[in-house]
Amino acid sequence: MDEKKYLTIDGRQIAIEGERNVLEVARKAGIEIPTFCYHSDLSVYGACRLCLVDIAGRGGVASCSTAPEPGMVVKTSTKQIRAMRKIAVELLLAAHDQSCTTCYKSTSCKLLDLANKLGVTKVRFKPGFERMPLDNSNPSLQRDNNKCILCGDCVRMCQEVQGIGVLDFAGRGSHSRVVPAFGKDLKNVECIYCGQCARICPTGAIIPKNEVSKAWELLDNPEYKTVATIAPAVRVGFGEAFGMPVGTDVTGKITAALKQLGFVAVFDTTFAADLTVVEEAEEFLRRVTAGGTLPQFTSCCPAWVKYAEQFYPELLPNLSSCRSPQAMFGAMAKEMLPKLFDVPREKVKIVSIMPCTAKKFEAQRPEFSRDGDRETEVVLTTQELIQMIKGAGIDFNAIEPEAMDLPLGFKTGAGVIFGVTGGVSEAALRYAYKKLTGKNLANVEFKEVRGDDGYRRAEITIGDNKVRVVVVHSLSNAHKICEEVKAGKADVDLIEVMACPGGCVGGAGQPVYVGMETRKQRAAGLYRVDRNMQLHSSEDNPYVKEAYQNILGTPNSHKAHELLHTHYQSRKRIQDEDVLVSGSDEAQEKLPVTICVGTSCFKRGSQQLLQELTDFLKENNLQDQVAIKATFCHERCDRGPTANVDGTIMEKCSFEALRAEVVKRLRSAVAK
Amino acid sequence: MEKELSSATQFGKVCEILDRYDRDPAKLIPILQAVQEEYRYLPEEILTLVATSLNLPPAKVYGVATFYSHFTLTPKGKHIIRLCDGTACHVKGSTALLDAIRKRLGLTGKQQSTPDLLFTVETVSCLGACGLAPAVVIDDKVHGQVTPEKAVALVEELINAEA
Amino acid sequence: MSNISELSKDLGHRVIICAGTGCVANGSLEVYKAFQDEMTKAGIHLIDTPDHRTPLDGDQQGLHLTKSGCQGFCQMGPLVTILPQNILYCKVQAVDVPEIVAETLVKGNILEKYLYLDKSTGKHCHGTDDIPFYTRQKRTVLANCGLIDPESLPEYLKENGYDAARKAFCDMTPAEVCKQMLESGLRGRGGGGFPTGRKWEMARIQPGPKKFVICNGDEGDPGAFMDRSLMEGNPHCVIEGLMIAARAIGADEGYFYVRTEYPLAVKRLRKAVEDAMAKGILGKNIFGTEHCLTLHVMEGAGAFVCGEETALIASIEGKRGMPTPKPPFPAQSGLWGKPTIINNVETLATVPLVIRDGVAAFRADGTEQAPGTKTFALTGHVLNTGLIEVPMGTTLRHVVESVGGGVTHDNGDPGGTFKAVQIGGPSGGCLTAEMLDTPLDYESLRKVGAMVGSGGLVVMNDHTCMVRIAHFFMQFTQNESCGKCVLCREGTKQMLALLDDIIEGNATAETLTLLEDLAHAVSVGSLCALGKTAPSPVLSTLKYFRDEYEAHVFHKTCPAKQCKNLLKPTIDAKKCVGCGACARKCPVGAISGERKKPHVINEALCIKCGACAEACKFNAVI
Ligand SMILES: Cc1cc2nc3c(=O)[nH]c(=O)nc-3n(C[C@H](O)[C@H](O)[C@H](O)COP(=O)(O)O)c2cc1C
Ligand code: SF4
Ligand code: SF4
Ligand code: SF4
Ligand code: SF4
Ligand code: SF4
Ligand code: SF4
Ligand code: SF4
Ligand code: SF4
Ligand code: FES
Ligand code: FES
Ligand code: FES
Ligand code: FES
Repeated sequence: MDEKKYLTIDGRQIAIEGERNVLEVARKAGIEIPTFCYHSDLSVYGACRLCLVDIAGRGGVASCSTAPEPGMVVKTSTKQIRAMRKIAVELLLAAHDQSCTTCYKSTSCKLLDLANKLGVTKVRFKPGFERMPLDNSNPSLQRDNNKCILCGDCVRMCQEVQGIGVLDFAGRGSHSRVVPAFGKDLKNVECIYCGQCARICPTGAIIPKNEVSKAWELLDNPEYKTVATIAPAVRVGFGEAFGMPVGTDVTGKITAALKQLGFVAVFDTTFAADLTVVEEAEEFLRRVTAGGTLPQFTSCCPAWVKYAEQFYPELLPNLSSCRSPQAMFGAMAKEMLPKLFDVPREKVKIVSIMPCTAKKFEAQRPEFSRDGDRETEVVLTTQELIQMIKGAGIDFNAIEPEAMDLPLGFKTGAGVIFGVTGGVSEAALRYAYKKLTGKNLANVEFKEVRGDDGYRRAEITIGDNKVRVVVVHSLSNAHKICEEVKAGKADVDLIEVMACPGGCVGGAGQPVYVGMETRKQRAAGLYRVDRNMQLHSSEDNPYVKEAYQNILGTPNSHKAHELLHTHYQSRKRIQDEDVLVSGSDEAQEKLPVTICVGTSCFKRGSQQLLQELTDFLKENNLQDQVAIKATFCHERCDRGPTANVDGTIMEKCSFEALRAEVVKRLRSAVAK
Repeated sequence: MEKELSSATQFGKVCEILDRYDRDPAKLIPILQAVQEEYRYLPEEILTLVATSLNLPPAKVYGVATFYSHFTLTPKGKHIIRLCDGTACHVKGSTALLDAIRKRLGLTGKQQSTPDLLFTVETVSCLGACGLAPAVVIDDKVHGQVTPEKAVALVEELINAEA
Repeated sequence: MSNISELSKDLGHRVIICAGTGCVANGSLEVYKAFQDEMTKAGIHLIDTPDHRTPLDGDQQGLHLTKSGCQGFCQMGPLVTILPQNILYCKVQAVDVPEIVAETLVKGNILEKYLYLDKSTGKHCHGTDDIPFYTRQKRTVLANCGLIDPESLPEYLKENGYDAARKAFCDMTPAEVCKQMLESGLRGRGGGGFPTGRKWEMARIQPGPKKFVICNGDEGDPGAFMDRSLMEGNPHCVIEGLMIAARAIGADEGYFYVRTEYPLAVKRLRKAVEDAMAKGILGKNIFGTEHCLTLHVMEGAGAFVCGEETALIASIEGKRGMPTPKPPFPAQSGLWGKPTIINNVETLATVPLVIRDGVAAFRADGTEQAPGTKTFALTGHVLNTGLIEVPMGTTLRHVVESVGGGVTHDNGDPGGTFKAVQIGGPSGGCLTAEMLDTPLDYESLRKVGAMVGSGGLVVMNDHTCMVRIAHFFMQFTQNESCGKCVLCREGTKQMLALLDDIIEGNATAETLTLLEDLAHAVSVGSLCALGKTAPSPVLSTLKYFRDEYEAHVFHKTCPAKQCKNLLKPTIDAKKCVGCGACARKCPVGAISGERKKPHVINEALCIKCGACAEACKFNAVI
């Protein structure tokens, strides 16, 4: 029998049950210790010092970074510690743009909350901070350094969970700040707009872009037929803001509220998710049978898509060409609704309610507009809709549920579970099962792909076939599988990637949550919804069938491609200027040669190319006739190394080829 | 648009430096030191290149470059005057030295370098020559027991040499 | 007390030019060159091979000419030592060299004018045997520093160099090495005073195979240069110490982390490591054993906080030098997550002595709790500034009055009035005249709110404003705070602002309370020792010089007359001769008076610029 070990916190004996630190032991026992910089899914940072406790014999130590030991005597709220905490909050406020009344975060701001709890009624210190401009550059997020308390949560989130490292500390001491490289705006760096930094930020320093007023503008305009569509994960996150148990399905109430707000119809993005399942599964089966590029990656998460475009352009052929459900919905709605409402296409306006910040970016991609008319006009996060509903004075708890409108409001359980990691795979497997075996599934639940691990593998037997599936969430895990695929060691056919921890239930547009428990309960909520539905396979959705009959023809048809598929572009990793390498710039008659030294080309030896060319020119005394520049991307990263010799872009460029081209150009110049 | 680096600089130099340190991300600091020695500051383009080559997020490289006071992201003057404001020098009147030198060079406010980029004036805390406090280092040469008059004379010497 | 002369006997006939940073600044390299030329001209056979690799042979005819590291007396530099007579010439310039060569080297005459003049006795001193600055010290760790040529491995070897390392590798087990260190009672000289043996033992028992040793040569305390002198003056002994540390814990790789402001130290360490590698002392199969050790020399990049162990590790790993919470201690999980020990330069320089001469010899100096000697950088308003070494437990009075030769006026003349001594740098505190008999050891100093720190000792005369001293250190820590934790980052900034208020005359009683509350919060709540100790200068001055703070706050005066905004310049009618110099200098025309009659200042007009006081030759403006 193993004996339990105990420590004492505030006079109470508490068992140590494998907790990593004193803080977690205390929280387990319901003793709240304030924190800014501790998150169970991030590394311990130890900077905010609010979690300080007094441990007999050791004095004040940070409970987040102290391992529990049997026999410890801990006090969480001594006079000295209370005084220290209060001063810490005062110090933070003195260096803070205190504009709580107009701050987006004021309902969930940890700083404001703590200031209240600690009884900070006056900041005794002189206000002082170097005001920094707002970063409003991108469609998804807004950064306001004047509200940053430098807890580093976002830095660790982006680095450790997403594996990107867009944000980091810069400067030192009281000049420290958290910024993207060179203090640039998010738009000009590798940010994929997943918004996880915003989700974890305890203050209003990073927040999702707010488009509520744009939504009101649409609703206020009588010429428009403004419709709403809600994503699967929204329905199980929404109720939290109104005191309901986490994971409660409130689809009907949201529908009613949206109607009351003035939307002419309320639809379900889940309908489009059903379409996605059909298209994506068909694409997958086709790749398998026709020997297409495998493994196939899912493409319904726009943050992941942007990530792949930036970091793994060479894997873009592996991405399913299917649009995300939001983008499919937009295309279908714009196709069907003008007829239904009898208005021109551009008078139909679609407001998409998403758990997601990246979807705001996606909706602005040029691929999803026609003649400047966006398919999805406005993307609101779950939080924004909550704000709108509260702002309109709607008593959400009292409102009677209503049904969604048809046809785009009809869905199956397969589409609903898109909102949780593993859901897309499961939905596709349900479809593939029927397709390959011709039989209906007895048990629709593929438990193998469910769960919360960031990287899960499953092998599923369907008839005579085995499908090897990898499901990842959090992009640090996507990095892992991408590297494996590149190295040819992946052993997998289908890969599902979701950028947010836990999938869309954990999206940055959802009500603020901490810890994994909330998102797990939201996931459970979605599985409950699935179980309660009549239909569990996307192909059974009668309106999907109808759409194929009336509009799309067959899956993956030409029309389906036009409306439901898309294409990708390798993206500049770094937007930047060229660097002159050799030869001064003044003389015009020089032959301009640009060599890409971006990540992708670099890995393929572009620097050696650069070196060799420089040496070659020097040896042959030609350096004055050629101006070599280095650039950070020719946007052909999958075909690097790339060089541009006076307008001709050379792909997969070897030194020999480059030398030949340069010599040829120089000769012809001389001939002239 | 492209940016020109000073004509003496060759892109190849960075590659050489990177190779010298085996393109090892752990050697970021010595690499930046070598780059700064070459270019006299850390140009943004070069930092981006270093980041790409070492497979580090550019934000991290920027973070390191802005943490250490030895690194600078803006070009420094040709002559670097470093004034010690360590304890020993401080009690022996380093403030007066600083004022005198800055006044002679016409530096105001937070300005550290003269507009013609001939001079940069910095303070450091202790050069380890406390026995000779107050101490000033001008272009790597240590001068001890400096008075404001002597400091200005040293600066004059450089100005005349440049003229 | 001195044991320098014994060593010097080994070194044969030679001229030693100090080539430490201080003497170089004063022109010692030119002096060296002049000796080379003049000795050749005078037909003296010069034993001066460029790499100093020729074995030293006492019987060889002629004279050695060598450079040394800092001898601690930089103020008097450039220093020239002539052996075997052990003559020390001070403030020698290149132009003086022909005379010295002709008279002293050729004829054997001692030139009095270059000798040190003991102002207290009026007598000229011959050399380190009778200069009080040296005789009142006990130089063991520094003994070789300033005598042997730091760039010559053979010379170090001749002075029993690397014997201790050989003993540790060949005749002792790691456990025995740790045990001997523990018994010696050696405590870290880098500030914390943690027992070195305990630290090593903690790392020794960690599972291997990969472990690291690091020598902390960051020496960031403003006003301290002990470690610089050791690295510049005797790099091999620091390497030897690090080797023994590596042996003790089973490490095969190590780093010297040296601050970038010490280029000479970096250069000499690099050369010393290379030489030791070439000689097979470092590298593979050390002393024929199966043990290996690779050492790297890394330059810092300008961050005081990187002296803190975990920040230093982050810096070696190529990151921002931000401390991390302890535990885990580096001995458990340090560089790259491997067990790592970090020791200060001086600690490591002491290690070979402990191993070679044994515990008893080491314990002969110092106190029971703090055995051995400690080096200090003695600076400020004291006659003899420089690098000194005294046994632990020596009183402050001995250091200031005896070794330091007493307090000076601002202009450096003797006879100043002692006000305070600041010890322990930005983490330390100020002590008053009543505390001059405090012994210099870890516990005694901690008791009075100061600390040994790395060993900076700044003596201050009565013209020093203690609020400004507190302000100075706060400015330093505020500047050097890494910015990670709230209390240190924002707290030091606000403390500085409060001190600004006091100095500028904008303070009220609340300012003082707030300053004290804040100081306590910062010391309780900060993550690393930088923040935890940053309030010490404030707290200690508040404790011992409270009246001075109160004068600033309540009476708006600065007793030391240093705070411009609190000056109320008046003219002492008794002293004023009515020369009018002040009135001419006054930028706002606030001074009036007839010629040859006492002048007066119109307080309403005066902007407190201080120009009048500067202008008055009769000290009549007070
Ligand atoms: C802010 C700060 C700066 C420090 N600077 C130094 C330093 O420059 N040199 C040093 O040896 N120790 C320094 N230390 C102490 C080291 O962290 C560490 O305790 C020491 O190197 C251990 O060596 P020792 O046990 O041999 O003293 C510093 C500590 C702090 C908190
Ligand atoms: S971030 Fe919090 S404390 Fe700051 S303004 Fe917003 S609500 Fe107020
Ligand atoms: S509580 Fe008072 S101050 Fe605050 S918003 Fe309401 S009315 Fe204004
Ligand atoms: S949105 Fe995502 S990628 Fe962008 S900074 Fe935040 S966490 Fe990083
Ligand atoms: S932006 Fe937010 S999460 Fe990031 S450091 Fe600042 S306060 Fe913390
Ligand atoms: S996982 Fe979902 S919520 Fe998160 S970025 Fe992707 S689509 Fe958006
Ligand atoms: S106490 Fe200061 S130096 Fe130490 S971690 Fe905190 S901010 Fe950084
Ligand atoms: S302090 Fe300045 S302004 Fe005042 S009297 Fe003297 S010279 Fe004039
Ligand atoms: S300079 Fe001095 S002596 Fe002369 S008038 Fe002024 S106060 Fe009097
Ligand atoms: S939560 Fe422990 S220091 Fe921030
Ligand atoms: S990295 Fe994009 S083309 Fe080279
Ligand atoms: S304090 Fe100036 S050199 Fe040390
Ligand atoms: S440098 Fe020569 S005595 Fe210090």
